[in-house]
Parts: sequence; structure tokens; C-alpha cells
Amino acid sequence: MATTTVDAHAHDSHAHEGPKGILGYFWSTDHKVIAQLYLWTGMFMALIGGLMAYVFRMQLAFPGKPVPGFGVVSPVEYNALVTNHGTIMIFWVAMPVLIAAFGNFLIPLMIGADDMVFPRINRLSYQVFLLSAIVILASLVVEGGGFGGAWTAYPPLSANPAYNLTPLGATLWVVAVALEFVAFLLGGINFIVTLMNARAPGMKAYDIPMVCWMIVIASILFMLSVGPLIAGAVMLLFDQTLGTGFFNPAVGGDPILWQHLFWFFGHPEVYVVLLPAIGVTVDIVATFSRRKLFGYRLLLYTAVGIGVLSFFVWAHHQFIAGIDPRMANIFTVTTLLISIPVIEMFFVVFATMYGGSIRLTVPMLWALSFLAEFMIGGMTGIYLGSSGSDIYLHDTYFVLAHFHYTFFPIAIIGGFAAFTYWFPKMYGKMLDERLGKIHFWGTIISFNFIFIPLFILGGLGQHRRIYNFQNFPELAPYQPLRVVATTALVVMLLFQLVFFWNLIKSFRRGVPAPKNPWESNTLEWTADSPPPHGNWPPDQMPVVYRGPYEYGHPGRESDFWPQNVPPAREA
Amino acid sequence: MSSKPIATSRSATGVPTGRLAVWWVLASEVVIFGGLLASYVIHRMGHPEWHAAAAVTNTWIGAFNTFVLLSSSFTAVLAHQAAEHGDGKGAARYLMFTILGALIFVCVKAFEWTTEISHGYTITSNGFWQFYYTAAGLHALHVIAGAIIMGFVARDAAKGRELHRVELIGIYWHFVDVVWIFLFPLLYIAK
Repeated sequence: MATTTVDAHAHDSHAHEGPKGILGYFWSTDHKVIAQLYLWTGMFMALIGGLMAYVFRMQLAFPGKPVPGFGVVSPVEYNALVTNHGTIMIFWVAMPVLIAAFGNFLIPLMIGADDMVFPRINRLSYQVFLLSAIVILASLVVEGGGFGGAWTAYPPLSANPAYNLTPLGATLWVVAVALEFVAFLLGGINFIVTLMNARAPGMKAYDIPMVCWMIVIASILFMLSVGPLIAGAVMLLFDQTLGTGFFNPAVGGDPILWQHLFWFFGHPEVYVVLLPAIGVTVDIVATFSRRKLFGYRLLLYTAVGIGVLSFFVWAHHQFIAGIDPRMANIFTVTTLLISIPVIEMFFVVFATMYGGSIRLTVPMLWALSFLAEFMIGGMTGIYLGSSGSDIYLHDTYFVLAHFHYTFFPIAIIGGFAAFTYWFPKMYGKMLDERLGKIHFWGTIISFNFIFIPLFILGGLGQHRRIYNFQNFPELAPYQPLRVVATTALVVMLLFQLVFFWNLIKSFRRGVPAPKNPWESNTLEWTADSPPPHGNWPPDQMPVVYRGPYEYGHPGRESDFWPQNVPPAREA
Repeated sequence: MSSKPIATSRSATGVPTGRLAVWWVLASEVVIFGGLLASYVIHRMGHPEWHAAAAVTNTWIGAFNTFVLLSSSFTAVLAHQAAEHGDGKGAARYLMFTILGALIFVCVKAFEWTTEISHGYTITSNGFWQFYYTAAGLHALHVIAGAIIMGFVARDAAKGRELHRVELIGIYWHFVDVVWIFLFPLLYIAK
């Protein structure tokens, strides 16, 4: 094949392909540049999603009053804000940051490769993603405003412009989401094939760092679950624009079909973003506990088990959609079953920490808080997965608080954990630990003050997607709880300024990062900080001799044992 | 760009990277068509009255297109065989036959749809027709996209370059074929 012959002379030309100028930056095929593009696009979208939350939370706390920086929120705007907050946070923040950005940055570096196996498809993936981000942002300002039918886009509300009143916004929403799927299919195939084929010599399946495994398992899950929804998106688009009736019972369609197609994707999607966050946590906890990961294979098989199980739980979102109660029983059982492998993963992390010499650095704090906060989300899920109690709790703020206690730890806490851990490698500068800790505690404490009140409100029967609770006499008296949540949100958003200050400070006069600041074992820490184009000199590509978690080995002088150190030199 | 990263030339699994990627692409395609066809089958079973609409479709045209597509897959196999022997020109020639098959398929389809639409059976007519046009349309898009890519592969192969791609586009083409093998009975034969 042609590929074997280019090997010898490829590097000379390859080495000159680093980004040049702004345009060169957007046109680069370097996996690290693409990772940063994904990262900063994701952070920008997170800012937009966060500001949307600020506007609609202000409306809920102080209904009808003008929101500083926005003005009076109309009911139509409220719906569009809530819908697009959810859509953006999942598809344009959680996925690009956790999977695309860190997958792109880490997979080639951690497996000792110089790039992805298909660098140009990788670039195409980002470009399609950028286009999708532009489309979703454009959908907010078109005539009629952004789509307001909730991020789940249930028909008939989403299918018929006469109901949703946003003919353009709804169509652009579907187009943007479909483009985003295309971007992640392209990227995901690249991740999977890169991990399968491009590993450094000596790196066997069980020598792969856990975060790489998790991102690749997540990519496979995504690929296998998103297909029916792509077909569903085509049907919805036709319903909106051509006047077909796939989801219209009047002409033989079925609105429940969309719910099945959506949640057949939507529930595995939770694990698509959970697994990379677990992978990040595992790598960080093992490094800062100076202990070998407890049960590498157990964790890997558990992740695969979660992946398989996650295809059989989707209808727990539809307990009150009129599905057969016998079917609801089955889905209750599968939903409760999946909590077993999830908690198994957590016990693996706890067992890893047991007896370790724990270093409470900023990334470690984020990783530990991920475990604590996600646990609350997981535990409250048991009430929602049981079809009986879900009949009462369905579509209340209890559900809302529950999934924010899963998605916030995954996307935001997991994202910050990974970012603070790999920042020295990405930019060659250390972050300020003191500012990092201020940012950490400010974010975590205010986060709990946002959502614990919302759990209480949900238990009291407060329904989601309501513009103004003052119209409901039985819910109006709980206004103080809403004000607490909104105040905490504003505090949390303000604490993000500390993070940006930390970034600016580090870029301007941060301490230069050594190659391996955390004394970690995995291969990315053997490259320069930041790694040059090609990651290692072509004649010094790393070779792997052992697993990624050999910390605290008895009889060794240093308490870590990098994957690429030959055993002979040690003896 | 002639330069490829070292990563592309590695093969820890022993399977060439390109072939591995094509199989994963097909895996994602299987679930897309699987979701669409499963939706169709469930609806079809719930709506016995769609039989009347299904009876209108022309089974003979469908059978002819099945024959055309299967033949084009055969020439794709011959192209792969030629490429294996290093005969780039031969591979390109066989691929051209496959592209010709794709063209015939799309032209027949266009004729068929024009007839049906002119008789008033459009995508909004009823539940059967919306699935009929959506599923066959999505498949036809795959035929057209495959034929275009095949043109590029054939151009390179004729110059003796990137011969391994002949196999990759062939795998994809067989998949397009298999999708049609599912569509033909579901849309044409089941009356």
C-alpha cells in the first residue's frame, strides 16, 4: 500500500505544516490546534449558554422586571432561551469540550502518535462543527426568534409552525443539530480508528490510558445511537418544510415515534458524555493519589457494560407518554440496573485513593468534586427511574435539578478538571493554584445553592418550562427559593471571572511548565510543553513498556514509572 | 498533500486503517437506515390501509433497478481484483462500469418518480408515500455520493495511485447494494 512507503520521507514535509497566522490556524490539520479550536469554541458557547440561564433565571426570580443587560423577557423569548440553553449546553459545550477537544488533544499524545490517522477529516469535523454553531446562533436572531419547543423538540410543537410560531428558528435548530451530529461522526470515526491502529509500539490494549478508552467507547456509543435520530431529524425537517406527517396522527403518523427516536439517542448520550468525564477523573485521581488504578480491566469492562445497558433504558423518559405499563416495568428494571455499573466505577476510584498519598491540587479537587456532585445526580435518578414515583415527579424541577446534577459535574466540573490538569501540557505554563482554588470553591458552593432549592421546589410540584410562577397561587409563596437559586447562579457566573483572570495571568507571566509537572506516567508528559508539531522528533517516537498507572511501585526510588522507560535502564 | 503522519501508517490491529474506517462508517450508516426502516416497518404493520398505496409501486422497475445495482457491485468486485494485481487501468475501467450502473439506477429512479408524481402520488399523499420517498431518496443520495467518490478513485487508479481505495469504495458500494436489497421488498414487493 502507498501508506507504507510514505513513512520514511513523510516527516520532513509534515514538520513544516504548523499553523501560520489566523487563517492557517483555522486550516491546520494538527490535532492539538483542532483540539484548541474545539475547546475555545466550546467555552464561548458555554458563556452564551450560561448567560441565557442568567436571563431566564432572572425572569423566574423577578418576573416581569427588566433583566440587566437584556430587558424585559417575553414569554416567547423565555421559551427560546430555555430551549437553546439546553441544546447549546449539551451539543455545543459538553460534547465539543469533553470529547472533541480532549479526545483530539489526548488520544494521539497518550498513545504515542504524531497525529490522528486522518488529519484532514479531523479538520473537516471541526469546520462542520463551527458551521453548526453558527447556524444555531443564527437561529436565535431570525424572524420569529429562536426555536422554543424545548431541547427535546417533541412534535407536534416542533413539527408544525402554526404551533411553535418559529418557522425559521425551528428549522434552523434541526439543521444545526444534524450538522453537529455529522461533525461528531467524522471526529468519532477518527478517534476510534486512531486508538485501534496508531498506538505506539508495545502499547497493548490494557496499556491504554483510561481516558482514551472512555472517549473511544463514548464515540462508539454515540455512533450507534445517533443514527435513528438522524433519520428522525430528516423526518422532522420534512414535516416542518414539506408538509409530510411522519409525526402527525391525522395522516397516519405518530408523535411518540419522535420520542422513541430522540431518547434512543438521548439516553446513551448521557453516557457518551459521562464516560469521558469518568476517564478524566480516573487519570487525575490515580496521578494525585500516587496509587495504581484499582481494577483497570474491571473499569474497562464496566464501561462497556454501561454502554450496552444504556441502549435499553430510553423509555424511562416516556413513563407518562402513554406507553404500556408492562413496558414501563421493564424499563424501570433496566434503569435501576444501570446504576450498578455506574456506582461500580465510583468504587474503583475510591479504592484507588485508599491508602494513597493524596495531593489536593486544583485538578484533584475538581475530580473529587465530580464524584461527590454526580453522586447526588445519580441517587436522585433512582426516584425518577422508578415508574411509580416518576408519575409524580415527571417534568418537575426535581427532574431538572437531577439532570443538572449529572450534566454540570460531567460537562463543567469534568471539563475544568481536564483543563486544569492538561493546561501545562497544552500551553507550557502553570496555572495559579491559589486562584484556581478560589475559582473551584466559588463555583462548587454556588452550584449547590442553585440546584438544592430547585430539588425542593420540584418536590413541591413546581413544573418545568413555566414562564411565571406567580400565576399559580399554590406555587407563588415559594418565591424566596427561586431568588436563592438565581442569586447563586449570578455568584457562580461572577466566579468564572476568577478563572479568566487566572488564564490571562498565566498566559502573561505564568511559571513555565516542565515536561512532567504532575509526575505522571502517561506518554503525553514525555513530550515538550507545549508539544511541537508531530509531538516528538520522528526518530524519538515513544515505545511503551508498561501500563499507565504504575505509581508507588515497591522497590523503586521514585514513586512513578513512566510508560516509556525501558526496564533494562532501571535494573 | 503527499505527507501523511506516522500515525496513518501504523496498524496495531493488522487491518489497514482505511478499511477499518470504512467499516465504522458503514456501522454508523446501518443505524441510520436501521432507524428509518424500523420506523417504517412498525408503522406499516399498524396501518393495513397502506397496502393500497403500496400496490401502486411498479415492482418491475424496482426489479430492474435491483438487477442494475447488483451488476454494478459485480464490476466493483472485478475492479478490486484488478487493483489487487496492480492493474490500475483495469480497475478504473471496471469502476467506470459501476458508475454507469449508478447512472442507470438514478435515471430509472427519476423516470419512476416523475411518473408517480404526475399521477398525484407525492411525498405528502399519505404515510406510505412519505416513507417511500424518504427512504428511497436517502438511498439514492448514497448512490449519487458513492458514484462521485468512485469517479475520483477511478481517476487516481488509472494513474496507478492509491489503489487500495478501489477496495474501500467497493465495500461502500456493496453496502449501498445491501440497503437496496432491504428497500426493494419493503417498498415494492410487500403489497
